[in-house]
Amino acid sequence: MELRRSMLFIPGNSPGMLQNGGVFGADAVILDLEDAVAPNEKDAARILVAHALNNVDYGASEKVVRINPLDTFGHEDIKAIVPCEPGALMVPKVQTAEDIKKVVELVAAAERTGQKAVKIVALLETPQGIHEAYNIAKADQRVVALALGAEDYTAALGAKRTKEGTEIFTVRSMIVNAASAAGIQSIDTPFTDANDEEGLLQDTIVAKQFGFKGKMAINPRQVDVIHGVYNPSDTDIEWAQQVIEALRKAEAEGSGVASLNGKMVDAPIVSRAHNIIFLAQLLGLRKEIE
Amino acid sequence: MSSLIKTAQAGTLESGDIMITIAPATTEGGVLLDLDSIVLAQYGTAIRKTILDIISELGVTDIYIKAVDRGALDCTIKARTLTALGRAGVVCEGELL
Repeated sequence: MELRRSMLFIPGNSPGMLQNGGVFGADAVILDLEDAVAPNEKDAARILVAHALNNVDYGASEKVVRINPLDTFGHEDIKAIVPCEPGALMVPKVQTAEDIKKVVELVAAAERTGQKAVKIVALLETPQGIHEAYNIAKADQRVVALALGAEDYTAALGAKRTKEGTEIFTVRSMIVNAASAAGIQSIDTPFTDANDEEGLLQDTIVAKQFGFKGKMAINPRQVDVIHGVYNPSDTDIEWAQQVIEALRKAEAEGSGVASLNGKMVDAPIVSRAHNIIFLAQLLGLRKEIE
Repeated sequence: MSSLIKTAQAGTLESGDIMITIAPATTEGGVLLDLDSIVLAQYGTAIRKTILDIISELGVTDIYIKAVDRGALDCTIKARTLTALGRAGVVCEGELL
């Protein structure tokens, strides 16, 4: 499974930003053809992003393109972008599983022979889309993540968007649960005040507590803050190593039950410890982990 | 071809971009490229070649192109040239990439 702690939006019609998108260390860059591009510049952005995909080195960042909805410029976007081998398309305003199936049909038709299958990140930003989250997540095996777009969602509700995010408490839970039930990732809505680093930190901590696997970012400065929250801390890694050691010891002693500091080490604890060690190894945080 | 060309523009004057303006050929005909660039001395020849290669590949023989470069990468120059040609009616949608 790909790491998507941070997914950084890059405006699709800005060559200066597109050519530097790979230097910020985000797990994914989202080259944006939708909200970041004026309607009369959609053609220019589409061609520019296609050329960027073919020529710009985005390093280890996954290349994701946010296309326009199918009822606007989505068909043209898919036809032009898919052959350029993005890792995934982010599909905005997904309302039903049928929306995903239509996109998948177009993507399959646009893929070149032998091309790696283009994945899909479904952006849920309407009440209906949230309601259908699980069906959307299960609509096709190309769907690898559900992402929450809270700005449009709260606008549709007529609710005021706040930094505390109480108005999106329920939808955060719904998306995380639907994605988890479908066995895919969940990505949190971006924190839109790029100058409020403390606010971003708190919002990311909350997102992680909810169970989101990552967060979208609208400014390169946000990437390190998000990673700081999602990377396992030294304490986490030490704890995880102790859990694994306790488990090994119990197995060596022929005991069916392991314990650590007087607490039983059961399956969920072991699973969490394995996840922490996997992430730490992937990120090169502790090389001595066995 | 030149009689079918509409005046059109693509790109911006922001750093890393190039603004391409396309118009029907002058009365003398032929391909005329007027290039202004912040890196003209270093990359002028390469930028001209990138633009003129596209024009040539599309079989356009009569056209006026004004290009104002602000340090665009080769892929940006190609993208903006194709966008301008598309908007000018020189190439059809689907041939732009």
